Amino acid sequence: MATTPSRDVAARLGEAFADYAPSAEGRDIVTIRPEYGLVIGGAERPAADGATITTIDPSTGDALARVAEAGAADVDAAVAAARRAYDGAWGAASPRDRAKLLFRLARLLQDRAREFAVLETLDGGKPIREARDVDVPLAAQHLFYHAGWADKLEYAVPGMRARALGVVGQIIPWNFPLLMAAWKLAPALACGNTVVLKPAETSPLTALLLAELVDEAGFPPGVVNVVTGAGATGAALVDHPGVAKIAFTGSTAVGKGIRRALAGRGVRLTLELGGKGAHIVFDDAAIDQAIEGIVDGIFFNQGHVCCAGSRLLVQETVAGDVMERLRARMELLRVGDPLDKNTDVGAINSHSQLVRIREFVDGAVEEGCAVHQPSRGVPDAGFFYPPTLVTDVGGSERIAREEVFGPVLTVQSFRTEREAVDRANSTRYGLSAGVWTEKGARILWMADNLHAGVVWANTFNRFDAASPFGGVRESGFGREGGRHGLEAYLDLTPVRA
Amino acid sequence: MGTLTRSGDELAGGALAGTLRVGGVDAVALEARAARLAGRSIKRESKDAGLELAVRCIDLTTLEGADTPGKVRAMCMRALRPDPEDASVPPVAAVCVYPSMVTHAAAHLDGTGVRVASVAGAFPSGQADLDQRLEEIRGAVADGADEIDIVINRGALLSGRLDIVHDEVAAAKRACGDAHLKTILETGELGSYDAIRLASMVAMAAGSDVIKTSTGKLPVAATPPTALCMAEAIRDYHRHTGRVVGLKLAGGIRTSKQALGYLAIVAETLGVHWLHPERLRFGASTLLNDVVLQMRFRRTGRYPRPGDLPVD
Repeated sequence: MATTPSRDVAARLGEAFADYAPSAEGRDIVTIRPEYGLVIGGAERPAADGATITTIDPSTGDALARVAEAGAADVDAAVAAARRAYDGAWGAASPRDRAKLLFRLARLLQDRAREFAVLETLDGGKPIREARDVDVPLAAQHLFYHAGWADKLEYAVPGMRARALGVVGQIIPWNFPLLMAAWKLAPALACGNTVVLKPAETSPLTALLLAELVDEAGFPPGVVNVVTGAGATGAALVDHPGVAKIAFTGSTAVGKGIRRALAGRGVRLTLELGGKGAHIVFDDAAIDQAIEGIVDGIFFNQGHVCCAGSRLLVQETVAGDVMERLRARMELLRVGDPLDKNTDVGAINSHSQLVRIREFVDGAVEEGCAVHQPSRGVPDAGFFYPPTLVTDVGGSERIAREEVFGPVLTVQSFRTEREAVDRANSTRYGLSAGVWTEKGARILWMADNLHAGVVWANTFNRFDAASPFGGVRESGFGREGGRHGLEAYLDLTPVRA
Repeated sequence: MGTLTRSGDELAGGALAGTLRVGGVDAVALEARAARLAGRSIKRESKDAGLELAVRCIDLTTLEGADTPGKVRAMCMRALRPDPEDASVPPVAAVCVYPSMVTHAAAHLDGTGVRVASVAGAFPSGQADLDQRLEEIRGAVADGADEIDIVINRGALLSGRLDIVHDEVAAAKRACGDAHLKTILETGELGSYDAIRLASMVAMAAGSDVIKTSTGKLPVAATPPTALCMAEAIRDYHRHTGRVVGLKLAGGIRTSKQALGYLAIVAETLGVHWLHPERLRFGASTLLNDVVLQMRFRRTGRYPRPGDLPVD
């Protein structure tokens, strides 16, 4: 088209527009106290030995607060408080009362959604857009969903009588601190159990704020106890004789240790562990949307997602096209201040995780893989790692077999459906898989043949409280969400006809 | 330029170098991506730039049965000077009218840099004999139209006759001579994003300079996912042929916030080079005053009173 005199002005305006000016969510809505205690029996108190850990903002490295680090004595006190509540007010509460309190907690969470989103972003480093649009709404949805079950448990599993288990120990990871707390608390409380919750040491603040809401909602003291701390605190909870069940979400290595520790003790266990999800793109797929799925699958929450689609398998006929589009799309990803509403990829949760990711990628280079990263840099301060594509992958390299838990995607090609399935299943894990194709019959065949707890078709990383989530093989066992998720928190006995 | 043919999801012929794979569109993922882009948080200098850019990209439009030379005159004045109190607010890109109003618009806009666009070809239905439609295009161009907006033959597209759709658009392009051809897909009638993508490809292969969403005469017009779908088609066509095609979004775009959302969709799909009136247009009438109002607020910290801004 013809050049007009206004061209340069308009072109400059376009550039000024597209380089989005910072749009930071205000942090004033959040009040972070300098110190937080353990929440035991409805009261806050320091650890018996006075130990604390410091939680930081990973986007700056600045300290946010000191948090009590619970020892064995504190865990013992928490389990005792939970037992008193179970034998007392909570055990006496009617199913309808439990529902009412859970509904109230869900509404309180919605009322303070922005506060929770900002705090989650500050403490964990995830983009505010995700905390605001995914973590907090989904957490509220889980509370609402399970509130609805509380007075209908006799219909949950036909032919079985459902009773609570007792005191439940729940250990949650740092990648979705609030959401995992809600996933764990909602079914446990709906089913009538009391809880000792152990948040991750790098991101405990939203679970502690949620505990304040539990109190505000009117739950009896001791129904929800929070013991902050690191691995030793979790181990003390697992080893405690007073817990009827342990629910753990975290790494496969720790999960194996927990299972060993519980062997022969009659304590129930559900494990939601690591993954190495395959993301399979066929040549008939809607390619542009598949690219979005790939991006969401691996760069959502900086790749700190157990069900991340970290292995891209693309049909050889479209491999060149897909890679070209994916590289172009990665150029657009904005890595930076997690509080900026336009940030797509936030901060790596901790320095140790950043080191781990670097080691993985360096190792991949040593093993002969090619690494591609976008030209846009990452901030110097804080813990950041760029979105990364690893190609020339054979399948036996460490980066193709082990969970990186970072924004790193390996790419391999395949020729046939059978080959795609074989490659996808060639892993110790079995948490998630994704399939992109416009062919319905192929989706069904793939879903039947992929060894994974969840298979997404033409989408990825989509969650719903009504849908059971969990893994097979070294990704764990047990389901969370949906009717199936309730069974993990119920003692089921057959009803005599 | 031959007739377009289709084999499976591949197109051949027309202004294509070799065959082009059209491919499908996944509605759920497309809509999710469009919502995320349209929700970009545009602040401060980006907002200032985006608002001014939006003004520069507007095709200020009146397409009413009741249009008169007086109404067109008032609109042309507003096109040239959107904010009577601030000469720094630039003129719009073009004024868009019916063929009978082209001479009136041209009389006011000649030499100003603001172009005259005319709908033609039995707008908005397109339901007339091809010769009549082409004659209308030639007449509008002879009267002084710089740009011609036509509608595609949706009936032909929906009955699978891509060759008819293609050949009619190609004939319209020839009838335009030096004038630019903006081809309206009327996306609200196409029923799926797959059809919108296919129609985009056919319209581009037939030589359209710009592809446009809607006539503005239907309740369903430009939407973020429609814009994203067409922008992706333009990008893929450009990658395949090297030819630049513009995008015009029309119908239902009334607020600055909507316009900024569309700018984000275009910027992150087609790239910053498409953020330019030569490649991007908003077909609108009420949008202009909302943008001017926002620009005045950005400048003075105060919203104008009703009546402070001109209407036509």
